[in-house]
Amino acid sequence: MSLLSSARRTSAHPPTAPPLPDELVVVPARHPWRWIAVAAVLVLLAQFLHGLATNPGWEWGTFAGYFFEKSVMEALLVTLELTFAGAVLGFLGGIVLAPMRLSGNPVLRAVSWAYIWVFRSVPLIVQLLFWANLGYLYDRLQVGVPFGPGFFSVGTSQLVSAFGAALLGLALHESAYAAEIVRAGILSVDQRQREAAAALGIPRLRQFRRILLPQAMRAILPNAANELVNLLKSTSVVYVLAIGELFYQVQVIYGRNGRVVPLLLVATVWYVVLTAVLSVLQHYTERRFSRGYAR
Amino acid sequence: MVEIRGLHKSFGPLAVLRDIDLTMAAGSVTVVLGPSGSGKSTLLRCINHLEKPERGRVRVDGELIGRRRASNHLYELGERQVLRQRTGIGFVFQSFNLFPHLTAVENIAEAPISALRRPRAEAHRRARELLARVGLADKVDAYPRQLSGGQQQRVAIARALALDPKLILFDEPTSALDPELVGEVLDVMRDLARAGTTMIVVTHEIGFARELADTVVFLDEGRVIEQGPPAEVLDHPRHDRTRAFLSKVLA
Ligand SMILES: Nc1ncnc2c1ncn2[C@@H]1O[C@H](COP(=O)(O)OP(=O)(O)O)[C@@H](O)[C@H]1O
Ligand SMILES: [Mg+2]
Repeated sequence: MSLLSSARRTSAHPPTAPPLPDELVVVPARHPWRWIAVAAVLVLLAQFLHGLATNPGWEWGTFAGYFFEKSVMEALLVTLELTFAGAVLGFLGGIVLAPMRLSGNPVLRAVSWAYIWVFRSVPLIVQLLFWANLGYLYDRLQVGVPFGPGFFSVGTSQLVSAFGAALLGLALHESAYAAEIVRAGILSVDQRQREAAAALGIPRLRQFRRILLPQAMRAILPNAANELVNLLKSTSVVYVLAIGELFYQVQVIYGRNGRVVPLLLVATVWYVVLTAVLSVLQHYTERRFSRGYAR
Repeated sequence: MVEIRGLHKSFGPLAVLRDIDLTMAAGSVTVVLGPSGSGKSTLLRCINHLEKPERGRVRVDGELIGRRRASNHLYELGERQVLRQRTGIGFVFQSFNLFPHLTAVENIAEAPISALRRPRAEAHRRARELLARVGLADKVDAYPRQLSGGQQQRVAIARALALDPKLILFDEPTSALDPELVGEVLDVMRDLARAGTTMIVVTHEIGFARELADTVVFLDEGRVIEQGPPAEVLDHPRHDRTRAFLSKVLA
């Protein structure tokens, strides 16, 4: 009733706005749901940490004993080597394959397309097993005239060790993915940039290195970092070739002592730590290549 | 200086330039007018061989551009030779096309360093001089994104000048600019014209044409409809299409 009567009163006397003071105080928007979400997350987190601390199944003592153990450290080094070499070789391959796929030469384009098609189709684990069994298909490899006489030859198993097979597989696999990442980066650069460089008479290779690639890097980096993290974990697939990388090594240890969970935890925490390091590197690299782009 | 004979260019079934014959003297300013889509940009791009014409030839300073003649045939030159020829022909784009990851001075010095193999220090010193010449001495280390449109276009002009070209082509250099920034770019171009630079300018700035052009060329549907001194073509056009176009531009 009082509402009604007050409404009637305002309509009877058209409102004259009260004079505004010179300074009006701005009240920031309130976010009550944000505080509720924080509370919910904190409760869940506390519960999880409590579980980690109190459940004896995690065997933190065993975990601590193996985390810096010598064989684990050596295995970690192998994982890092595979990741680093796979990434370097992969991206070198990608930097060659991507411009091929974008070139005006139909042969280069087809070769690059076919390569990417094949190596993205074959699961990494299958490819690794193929390379490891190369000696079964070709027991000697020789260099010479195609279909003609050879100059020298070596036994396949001498040439391709288990580690070599792993590296070859990872590099070929990574190249296909890296090629697409680099290609996406190149396509993200405005076509007129290349045209401006060509109009200035800048040599072809220099156009690519100095004008296109640095601009493409902005689109390449987040995807490349993603791929690198992926590669880091993909190295665990190499255990099928009995190479002593991190995942293989913890399996060896828990095969001996039966402490499965804490040893899987050792591997997991190392992967998490390495990924964190990569993320920090990614942050600084992205900052370096955002030169000239105000944000 | 520039001699164009029987130039013909099509994109698929669309003939964009048909039988173009033009001659520009050294030190002259030629303004090319014409409605949108008439082939003005394509004409400029044929002159520095960014587009490959199907027929006809372009000579700059006596040198055949993009082609080599042997008896009755024209052979396409290799990319390396075309790139070398382009160092003698500056090009200023409507959209500036500065390299966004390089500073003003690096934008200007890049081509002299990589295409003309000038020492870095010398190229940078020259780039600073050119920036001063276009009135941007205080923007040496600015990135393109930190510059206004007019300033970016002046850097782009300095970048073209850095190669000491025999000829500079301008493709609507002020069309992407806010009206109050047009003047600063035209001022720079006026200085160049007065200093005897050979220029071919596509523009709708009739005032610029009237003041500085030696020849005005009117292009329509890929043909040169008329050409002559500005007083003739701009004030007493003989062709209906020229008249219709001018009345729109001057409206
Ligand atoms: N690369 C290209 N492919 C196909 N058509 C094009 C291309 N470049 C220009 N054209 C066409 O050629 C005609 C002339 O274009 P252009 O020279 O840019 O005209 P202007 O600069 O006078 O506006 C237009 O119809 C345009 O659509
Ligand atoms: Mg145009």
